[in-house]
Amino acid sequence: MKEIFVLAEHRRGELRDVTFEMLTKGRELSQKTNVDLTAVLLGHNIKEFVKSLADQAKRVLIVDDARLENFNAEAYQRVLSHLISERKPSLTLIGHTAYGVDLAPSLAAELNVPLATDCIDLDFEGERLVVVRQVYGGKVNVKASLRKSDSYVVTLRPGTFEAREVKPLGGETIEIASPISEDIVYKRFIEFFEPPAGEVDISAADVIVGIGRGIRDIENMPIVEKLAGALGGVLACSRPVVDKGWLPKDRQVGTSGKTVKPKMYIAIGISGQFQHVSGMKNADLIIAINKDPKAPIFRAADYGVVEDLFKVVPTLTNRILEEKSSK
Amino acid sequence: MDLIVCVKHVPETAEAEIVVDESGKRIRMEDLVFAINEWDDYALEEAVLLKERLGGSVTVVTVGPEEADDTLRKCLARGADKAIRLTDKAFEGSDAYAIAKILHKAIKDLPFNLILTGAQAGDDGYAQVGVVLAELLGIPHTTMVKKIEFKEGLARVNRELEGGLEEVVEVKLPAVLAIQTGINEPRYVSIMGIRKAREKEIKVLGLRDLGLKEKEVGESGSWITVEKMFIPPIEKEAEILTGGLDEIATKIVETLRARGLV
Repeated sequence: MKEIFVLAEHRRGELRDVTFEMLTKGRELSQKTNVDLTAVLLGHNIKEFVKSLADQAKRVLIVDDARLENFNAEAYQRVLSHLISERKPSLTLIGHTAYGVDLAPSLAAELNVPLATDCIDLDFEGERLVVVRQVYGGKVNVKASLRKSDSYVVTLRPGTFEAREVKPLGGETIEIASPISEDIVYKRFIEFFEPPAGEVDISAADVIVGIGRGIRDIENMPIVEKLAGALGGVLACSRPVVDKGWLPKDRQVGTSGKTVKPKMYIAIGISGQFQHVSGMKNADLIIAINKDPKAPIFRAADYGVVEDLFKVVPTLTNRILEEKSSK
Repeated sequence: MDLIVCVKHVPETAEAEIVVDESGKRIRMEDLVFAINEWDDYALEEAVLLKERLGGSVTVVTVGPEEADDTLRKCLARGADKAIRLTDKAFEGSDAYAIAKILHKAIKDLPFNLILTGAQAGDDGYAQVGVVLAELLGIPHTTMVKKIEFKEGLARVNRELEGGLEEVVEVKLPAVLAIQTGINEPRYVSIMGIRKAREKEIKVLGLRDLGLKEKEVGESGSWITVEKMFIPPIEKEAEILTGGLDEIATKIVETLRARGLV
């Protein structure tokens, strides 16, 4: 009996969305290749997750061990390499998340099973596994094939596949004794850490002026501050601006920052990598200003301006101030 | 503390226009500027900061063509002590797994307490090399590292999770830590520093020096092979506002007015 594994990802008592996205994609592939879909649930005191997984899979494999209480790549790898060696799934799906990137490469290397990471699509073409990934910051897609193997590991980009509900499948649950015989000594989870919140909550703002790498220098900040002021909005940003220390972390929009849904989001000098777009794509109105006409941000925006931001932004700010004073 | 930093010489594409070349498997590189991979830049800085605080040495290693010497020299100018370039015709077409195998052979007999890599590369974005390297060396690893402290044979690190959250984990040394951007502020290199670094030796090693076989590297030693590259299909595209600056600004203001936003 062949099967496809989906590793359930959970944190602080909740299954994460990527789990259901993987179950949806995994189910599609399992039907196509005529194999079973198996959810793999590792953790401690995790009964609460079983039903929602069993509703979406043929079976749920459960390993309950206190050493799996919080994600630990060393402990997860021990259990998964055991399960994969024993059951030989044709494919193991793992989220391309902070947990997945810590786990999948060493797991694949230990087993010498071909791995493709951060995939936005995958399919079996005959016995070959073919994937689609993004390179060069999302500006180019790659179609790639994996070395022929009877087992593969793939990490899927979160937010790429829509999680679809199915009629509850009522999959069987199988509890497996923890294969961790020796203690986990190399890696230890200590605690979660939440960076302190600042005074501005960007997720509550109606109007957001988002800035990116294109702003070039902290000395250019007044240009966008004035625009935000004229609009009565707040400044937010993509990752490079926080990395350079120009805005605090709590202003970052995207996967590793905040998700926002304002009435308007103006993206200025932001190329539009998926990590950023996933945090702002649901804004009611998106306007993007970028001098690269092929910048991915123009695929997320409603309106685009292909121009030098240092010319457009001051003109726009003045025009808005005029509009306001004429009222 | 002896540190090794794995770096990659990559094209800067964040603000450049990208064109797929005739082979359909690569992008056109001629007009692009190359530099150290952004994540590796932070890894190098972190290594130099640790050396300055704790003593020891920093060795930078790269797999790449002769042009990668530019990046190695900048690393030397920024505070690295030694540089090694791993170059061989057979290495071409290597994926992250094959690159990790090459690095493993070069690193396994060097003295080190800690290996730093970038969490991913800005070109192919695999986010694998550091973690596979750790597995091949038989040492622990952790990724997405935003802060490093040490205590009795352990590294205590903050890892970046999703949604602004971090986790604190402890990893036994020696280990591989894959560094996330923003962990520090990479310093600028002085012209003087670059000049001095020109005199330093870069050690170059190939397939045979490393005891590798051809089939272990390149496409034959890889997990994944590129079949084609293409510009992503357009599902939705913004309406591009054209005209002079005033005209564009007026169009935006009209849109905002229609939605009651000004």
